[in-house]
Amino acid sequence: MFDAADAVLLARIQFAFTVSFHFLFPAFTIGLASFLAVLNGLWMWTKDGKYLDLFRYWVKIFALAFAMGVVSGIVMSYQFGTNWSVFSDRAGPVIGAPMAYEVLSAFFLEAGFLGIMLFGRERVGPVLHMIACLAVAVGTAISAFWILSVNSWMHTPAGFEIDAETGQFLPTNFWEVIFNPSFPYRLMHTVTAAYLTTAFIVGGVAALHLLRHRNRRDKVSPATRTMFSMAMWMAAIFAPVQIFLGDIHGLNTLEHQPAKVMAMEGHFESHPEGAPLYLFGLPNQDEQRLDYAVGIPKLSSLILKHDLNAPLDGLDTIPREDQPPVAIVFWSFRVMVTIGFAMLGIGLWSLIARWRGMLFDSPMLHRAALVMAPSGLIAVLAGWITTEVGRQPFTVYGHLRTVDSVAPLDAAAVGASLIAFVVIYFAVFGAGTYYIMRLMNRGPVSAEPSLSDSFDSPIRTAGITPAPQHPSRKSRPVQPGE
Amino acid sequence: MMPIAEGVSLDLTVIWAFIIAFAVLVYVVLDGFDLGLGMLFAVEPQGKDRDVMMNSVAPVWDGNETWLVLGGGGLFAAFPLAYSLILPALYAPIIAMLLALIFRGVAFEFRWRTTRWRRVWDIAFIGGSAMASLAQGIALGGLLQGINIDKAARSYAGGWWDWLTPFTLMVGVAVMVGYMLLGATWLVMKTHGDLQARMRHRAWILGLATVGFIGIVSLWTPFLQDGYYSRWFGGLNILLAGAVAAAVLALAFGMFRTLRVKHHDYWPFIFALGMFILAFAGLGFSMFPYIVPVEITIWEAAAPENSQIFMLVGAAVLVPIILGYTAYAYWVFRGKVDPNEGYH
Ligand code: HDD
Ligand code: HEM
Ligand code: HEM
Repeated sequence: MFDAADAVLLARIQFAFTVSFHFLFPAFTIGLASFLAVLNGLWMWTKDGKYLDLFRYWVKIFALAFAMGVVSGIVMSYQFGTNWSVFSDRAGPVIGAPMAYEVLSAFFLEAGFLGIMLFGRERVGPVLHMIACLAVAVGTAISAFWILSVNSWMHTPAGFEIDAETGQFLPTNFWEVIFNPSFPYRLMHTVTAAYLTTAFIVGGVAALHLLRHRNRRDKVSPATRTMFSMAMWMAAIFAPVQIFLGDIHGLNTLEHQPAKVMAMEGHFESHPEGAPLYLFGLPNQDEQRLDYAVGIPKLSSLILKHDLNAPLDGLDTIPREDQPPVAIVFWSFRVMVTIGFAMLGIGLWSLIARWRGMLFDSPMLHRAALVMAPSGLIAVLAGWITTEVGRQPFTVYGHLRTVDSVAPLDAAAVGASLIAFVVIYFAVFGAGTYYIMRLMNRGPVSAEPSLSDSFDSPIRTAGITPAPQHPSRKSRPVQPGE
Repeated sequence: MMPIAEGVSLDLTVIWAFIIAFAVLVYVVLDGFDLGLGMLFAVEPQGKDRDVMMNSVAPVWDGNETWLVLGGGGLFAAFPLAYSLILPALYAPIIAMLLALIFRGVAFEFRWRTTRWRRVWDIAFIGGSAMASLAQGIALGGLLQGINIDKAARSYAGGWWDWLTPFTLMVGVAVMVGYMLLGATWLVMKTHGDLQARMRHRAWILGLATVGFIGIVSLWTPFLQDGYYSRWFGGLNILLAGAVAAAVLALAFGMFRTLRVKHHDYWPFIFALGMFILAFAGLGFSMFPYIVPVEITIWEAAAPENSQIFMLVGAAVLVPIILGYTAYAYWVFRGKVDPNEGYH
């Protein structure tokens, strides 16, 4: 069915598929973990029951998303070996250490305190519970730190030498390995992306319930309004920040991976006197030109060089075999940037509505926010596709080609496992997404039941200090201090 | 590369081999009882019993599974060559394990989010646990029986089905049975009433089967490769082999005794753990100093010294902290699961 050349392609598709699925969950949970810690902190500080309602509502969604993030992540840590064994052997001495640090400093922290965060409020008391929430939130951020350091090293490798005999990358300076040139930019841009992703999902859920009850304002819970307001603040603050960060990230890329930027911009030809910014066009890599190009003259040079007439090299300076696939990079980049500006638009709109006191009474804004709910996830995927496809044809940029990184695998084996991954991921994570959407559709209510006292959720061990029994769950008002 | 000294000196590579072995051992015993409990779901059809069983591990399973990530990630970091040889060789069982762990892991959350489909996620929980255990056993067997490699090319040279032999299948079943024993004794500790009584009974049968399988694996392994044979039966080592066997039997005896006694809820689990630890140490003794038996030693596969040192600093600081808060999490959720709490 498959021949040997296909094994590389299939291994690439499999890796891209599993890592894309995996990243959808952390993109949401990194932001959500921080949001939950903030909500819990606000509840402890103000004793306003709406914060506890929100915490209890979102923590159920968090538990589902987190479980999916964990199981899809475990797949990732073994895929390096199963699919990219040559890469693992060569690059392991350098990137193995930061990945081990991720396990030791982040994964254990998250997993160790997750149980207490989800089920332990009554058992450990409010202060230790708050610490558990913070531990989980900090753990997700530490996780992003290490894995993005590893990923960035593959884009801008530094601090190593190559062993002549084995071909292995040997670390010479771990500080340079970890803080490689593109890492600070990638870390900031990705973590901000995670916050925006979460903000738009939270805002979208709030907007849904604001819309549903737009004629009966009394039916909208205070919790719903608070979460809409919080989400819109996040959008207003972080969307511009993200565009700024994306810009400086792009400048960094121009310095270290010019071919990627040429592909993003669709610059097949060099522009000695200022390069245009192409808004549209159909990349035609065989003919090495952009068909039907629509562009604004000189704007690209202004953005990338801060000078209208600065010369910019094009892909004509890059040998054909070292060029990334232009069309994918070109389009995924435009998807991300469009969403970035749409997010900025929502943020500004919400500021205007807020200023006019109409934040909770503008159905148009709420509709727009609802439509934008999944936009962060799409932008994140588009961004990663830009980044990773733009690195091609290398796994370690400039040093190790993708075709030379792959494991000695049977195409039939990779093909069979790829099919299994696709079927199972869509079935299992599809079901999980459905459960999440069903919870979202219900919306937060007053006196939201907690995971450890609701009827249909896991109840934990009783132990020596049993959790208080609640005689009537439905009508019980939230009490401070629980 | 460091010379292989006669009589082992304690160098960094040996320390790392012990750290990885420790991570794998912790994984085996901790996720072992989770997975065993998952398989025991199959014979406990009552919804309420299943709730109790699952609740006894729900707050800790994620932490337990993280040791698997440390085992894999640690192997990648400390012995990249071994990682890049073993994983392609065991491709099918590893992928099967990963997929099975997905079903098992999501069942913890999904099961409570639906009534109509609860049965389906229960089946996913059982099937995922069984498949993951079987695949782990097969992977262990596949490693023990040896891997066909091209040493000069630093690459795996065997076929896609090399791992499939009677020996590996037997080890697969052995691991399933052993995990179920851990799961049953864990439940003796964490439950009471009828469920606990049934688990005492099951643990008894599973205990006999486990001892039998430990015997078969121990007798079969030396004949897989010459190296193992001389390791166990050469010279004075045969005395050691006898001592290990005697110790396993003593622990098994202790377990059977305490399973009989009503108020001894903790001891059966502790004895079962002891048996696992001994069996694991025996495997380690067979393999050392090879990491890919009997082709690649730990020194040949090791990451360069500066990587090892850099990681050792982190491990020395962080592993004790991890053990500390893991113990704390177990302490918070200590005691018996109360079947009535919240379920009326
Ligand atoms: C909510 C998500 C999101 C949004 C709105 C944006 N980005 Fe982005 N972008 C990402 C999420 C992201 C990402 C997923 O986080 C990436 C992938 C890898 C990385 O470092 O960040 C990324 C990569 C990425 C890269 C590739 C860098 C490289 O591979 O070397 C560039 C140049 C930009 N972004 C620029 C922008 C610009 C100019 C934006 C706004 C107009 C923008 N991004 C909005
Ligand atoms: C931060 C951790 C990451 C690491 C270490 C990493 C590493 C890799 C590796 C080893 C490959 C295979 C070799 C190759 O084809 O170049 C790859 C390809 C790819 N990755 Fe990533 N990746 C990471 C994150 C992501 C994320 C989050 C996504 C998407 C959401 C992603 C999308 C892709 C895609 C689309 C490819 C295929 C590129 C191609 O083969 O043309 N990656 N990455
Ligand atoms: C190829 C690259 C990747 C690998 C090998 C990988 C590995 C893993 C593993 C093994 C887990 C489960 C941890 C546990 O047991 O608790 C996990 C979860 C997680 N990963 Fe990844 N990961 C990759 C990419 C990424 C990226 C790009 C990010 C973020 C920037 C990320 C952030 C997280 C976070 C925050 C979690 C916690 C679970 C969750 O929030 O859903 N990972 N990852």
